[in-house]
Amino acid sequence: MSEAVAAGIGASDAAANERYYLASQWQLIRRKFARHKLAKAGLVVLAVLYFVSIFAEFFAIQDIAKRDTDNIYAPPQRIRFVSEQGFSPRPFVYPLRLEMDREKFRKVYHLETSQPSYLRLLVRGDEYRLWNLFRSDLHLFGVEHGTLYLLGTDKFGRDMFSRVLYAARTSLSIGLIGVAMTFVIGCSLGGISGFFGGRSDMAVQRLIEFMQSIPTIPLWMALSAAMPRNWSPLQIYFAITIILSIVSWGGLARVVRGKLLQLRAEDFVMAATIAGTGPGATIVRHLLPSFMSYLIVNLTLAVPGMILGETALSFLGLGLRPPVVSWGVLLKEAQNVRTVALHPWLLVPGLWVIVTVLAFNFVGDGLRDAADPYKQ
Amino acid sequence: MTSYIGRRLLYMVFTMVAVSVVGFAIIKLPPGDYLTFHLQQLQLSGTTMSEAQLEGLRKLYGLDQPDYLQYLKWVANFLQGNLGLSHQWNKPVTELIGERIGLTVLLAVITLAATYAMAIPIGIYSATHQYSVGDYTATVFGFVGLATPNFLLALILMWFSYSVLDFSITGLFSSEYLDAPWSFAKVLDMLKHLPVAIFVVATAGTAGLIRVMRSSLLDELQKQYVITARSKGVEEGQLLFKYPVRIAINPIVSTVGGLLPEIVSGTIITAIVLNLPTVGPLLFTALTAEDMQLASSIVMVLAILTVIGTFISDMLLLWIDPRIRFDQEQTA
Repeated sequence: MSEAVAAGIGASDAAANERYYLASQWQLIRRKFARHKLAKAGLVVLAVLYFVSIFAEFFAIQDIAKRDTDNIYAPPQRIRFVSEQGFSPRPFVYPLRLEMDREKFRKVYHLETSQPSYLRLLVRGDEYRLWNLFRSDLHLFGVEHGTLYLLGTDKFGRDMFSRVLYAARTSLSIGLIGVAMTFVIGCSLGGISGFFGGRSDMAVQRLIEFMQSIPTIPLWMALSAAMPRNWSPLQIYFAITIILSIVSWGGLARVVRGKLLQLRAEDFVMAATIAGTGPGATIVRHLLPSFMSYLIVNLTLAVPGMILGETALSFLGLGLRPPVVSWGVLLKEAQNVRTVALHPWLLVPGLWVIVTVLAFNFVGDGLRDAADPYKQ
Repeated sequence: MTSYIGRRLLYMVFTMVAVSVVGFAIIKLPPGDYLTFHLQQLQLSGTTMSEAQLEGLRKLYGLDQPDYLQYLKWVANFLQGNLGLSHQWNKPVTELIGERIGLTVLLAVITLAATYAMAIPIGIYSATHQYSVGDYTATVFGFVGLATPNFLLALILMWFSYSVLDFSITGLFSSEYLDAPWSFAKVLDMLKHLPVAIFVVATAGTAGLIRVMRSSLLDELQKQYVITARSKGVEEGQLLFKYPVRIAINPIVSTVGGLLPEIVSGTIITAIVLNLPTVGPLLFTALTAEDMQLASSIVMVLAILTVIGTFISDMLLLWIDPRIRFDQEQTA
């Protein structure tokens, strides 16, 4: 009996070992990553965020520029299941009614508890053009009558929920495009530095040290303030990504250089050189793939820095400017303490920033552990 | 070792030259120069200036010379402490920065100290009580602290203290002390306002350091000499602080160079939100008013101070850690 059990364990061990030894590098990384629960959760959160932001027009409740002057600074409407009549399986909201408090001279919103407005899936609403291409007016959800402000409204009565979704598209994509730019600069300069060594290595190393030894925020502020005022939103968007990646390529270039220095002594590089492969092709075809995993980890961990940088610049009014919306632009509305004290929902875009950055950090940590061949 | 210090000094000079190029570029970036602005002001007040007069002024200020000559002249002036005029305030830049740089440096230094004072004990606790409630709390705090932008944390604290505690935390001084000369009461008043600003800026750095301290101490605690000492009956507290902590602190000390620019950045943006009398808000208003002379000087002064701070921290590390000294002597 016990022998059979022991043999069973031995067999499954051998099978596990075989699976381990036969797996490719990427399979190993995927398996190790799957064991990291927080990283997996982070990946799911990011997938949802990016999906929603890509189809922001569809998921948003209304047009982001639509002003509702009757509902200025309306508080968030709660989705409810329980009314005075008891439990309702269909979710609903109570419409808002504005009244003037004559004693305090303040506007007060009352809930119309007598007329619950039920939520509906796939409703026709404000017209939009998805990615400026497809005309439609279909929205994921809406209400039967009255308004639906899940995150309240701002000083012009614009729906914060829809604005946050559109802003997600800007903020999330700035991270990716900035990282792509960082990747190009970091790889080429790090590649030159590590592959050729000598004087060019020296120059690039000093440049990296210089970039990392000066405080970034003041530099970013000065560079973005120097942008001409008459630039189009798209130009400003790309200028901001360039400004953000100017500072952040150093870390990546260091990784590339370190790995190249280590790898260029290997036999397969010598073989490639003897076979007549040029330096550029050797770097791209033979060297880059051997430390791709490190690059991906580094890039994942660089995205949150970009998102935080854009948010900070736009918050100060030096980055993107309205009518473009990003999380930073939305947070700019929350600069005044008195406004925030009366309308705390204006801080909600900040929560989205925190969740996104947390998710990226978890995924990056998970990838780092997974990509380390010495950790099992 | 002297060659190491010499090399380090040389790098510092190189960095400063690079900083000055960036500073000059910031002045040159926006279209127009000091005179175009001056001309606009004159036109607004109804005076006009002839082409010849303008050319004369341009010659006087050296704006007709090629960029590299202007740069050299500008550097020469900078070295003599002449940072030019701020057209926004109509005051010498040196005076404007001088008023506020003391508090800026003070804030950054205290924040740096606070970061270590918070991170090291929490990191030690996290490592010695691995997977305990306290360790998880510290980890969560660490991650959230890293993910929250400084200015958002400042906003949240401002909102909290305003609406819940009914106490305004903006500024370093209460209104009655704002223009008062320095006195004991004013210092006390400042001490009441300082902690919020320090807490806000220190959080991000602390969050990162806790994780470094925790992992390096965990690595150290697994080593043979710790097990040997424990089996020989060395008391737990003494064992911890005598060796593993002292070794684990090393990577933390060597991060000063990376931490200082981060703290200066954080101090600037937090100071803008909390309206502290440091160079932060000054830089911000200068940039919005396109007062590039002032803005570039602030960026340069901040960068130069950071570079000097990093150099000092490197020298301290050399003094604290015999391994670096030894290593340098070997390679030299």
